Amino acid sequence: MADILLYRPHFVAFIILFLLGIYIMVVNLNLVKKLIGMYLMQTSIILFFITLAVKRDGTIPILVSSATALPPEAYANPLPHVLMLTAIVVGVSTLGVSLAMVIALYRQYNTLEEDEILGKMK
Amino acid sequence: MTLFDDYLLLLLAVVMALGAVFVRDLFSGVLTLAAYSFFLALLWAGLGAVDVAFTEAVVGAGLSTVFFLVALFLTSHEEKVRKQLQVKIMALGSLGCLGFLLLFGSVDLPVVGDPESLPSKHVSSHYLRKSLEETDTPNVVTAVLADYRGFDTLGEATVIFTAGLACWMLLRRRDDSAP
Amino acid sequence: MIRPHDSVIVHTLARVFTPIIQLFALYVLFHGHYSPGGGFQAGTLFAASVILPIIVFGIQGSLIVLERRAIILGGIGILLYAGIGLVPLILGEEFLNYGELPIPGMEASARRHWGILGIEIGVAIAVAATAVSIYYSLRERGEGEGK
Repeated sequence: MADILLYRPHFVAFIILFLLGIYIMVVNLNLVKKLIGMYLMQTSIILFFITLAVKRDGTIPILVSSATALPPEAYANPLPHVLMLTAIVVGVSTLGVSLAMVIALYRQYNTLEEDEILGKMK
Repeated sequence: MTLFDDYLLLLLAVVMALGAVFVRDLFSGVLTLAAYSFFLALLWAGLGAVDVAFTEAVVGAGLSTVFFLVALFLTSHEEKVRKQLQVKIMALGSLGCLGFLLLFGSVDLPVVGDPESLPSKHVSSHYLRKSLEETDTPNVVTAVLADYRGFDTLGEATVIFTAGLACWMLLRRRDDSAP
Repeated sequence: MIRPHDSVIVHTLARVFTPIIQLFALYVLFHGHYSPGGGFQAGTLFAASVILPIIVFGIQGSLIVLERRAIILGGIGILLYAGIGLVPLILGEEFLNYGELPIPGMEASARRHWGILGIEIGVAIAVAATAVSIYYSLRERGEGEGK
């Protein structure tokens, strides 16, 4: 398993960031901190997909002219890039709606801590 | 982009993420999150994903930071420190097991950079070969996003519009009129 | 209440940067075929050029009518996208098949090229309008006590 750390550090970084995001969402009681954890989870998954699309000696997926057509091994895999574009934009929309909910909760209960809100709701 | 550059940027990104979550003042946390986004965008540009890096730098590091800062201006920005030893120990234990399992599973993943790995076969090589003659577009990511997978992009644009509607509806007051 | 900034440097820079950002957004939109870019990046850049004067000059520094009705422009962008996709369906081909759009004098690949440009414009309008609308909702309606 030592070669993972040496030759594939992207997967180790993905695991660290993903678990850090989950830990913050579960343990922290501040609502905005939980949203920071959610953002970390989303970007770590995007890192994982981009790592799967890398090709050794490959360049960016913009084709040079068709007169000198290069084989598909010379370009990075474009399909995960497309999926991750959608993921980033959907992630920021989710963040906007979550922040609107946080502001509405603050307007009602005047605090951002989860246990205080639950206490005031009773 | 050599492996050393990957190492450096990954290390910086992880350090920024740790800084964003273990800081008490939420303003500092959010701005450190923006720095984390920028380092990730640099890393992806180096790995060949230029469209994704552009979008992350503009949308992720730009727009989401603006939303966070506006929300923090209108609410409070200090976090209360609690002692929750039991919850933290349980979370660390279970997430540690999950991390170990994920590390075990990542041994079977393809080597980074392998041009013969499974995600690079089938449809993806067809897109790379035929995109210029079928759609007149050298940028394969735009061609796939807008033409070959245009239905998904229609759904994504609808999701953004629905999020805008939801934000407007959530923060309505009793004396508000319709736009 | 978020007060507008009162420094000469910030005011001057905001005045200089806003048209530059809008020009860059148009460039990114129309060059999405040949370089990294496209509808989403251009829409967000355009929204940034609208949000910057609001932050620097206060809510009176921009067209307040525009922000309240910005969400309608978002719907128009989606309708443009779906409309360009519906035209081939009406003519008998599949939904979102840009090769069958009724543009005279072009072969199928050039029609796809212009179809892609059309929907990128629709997506940029939708994303820009929605980003401005979310910012306006969060800021102007988020303050004060609840109902």
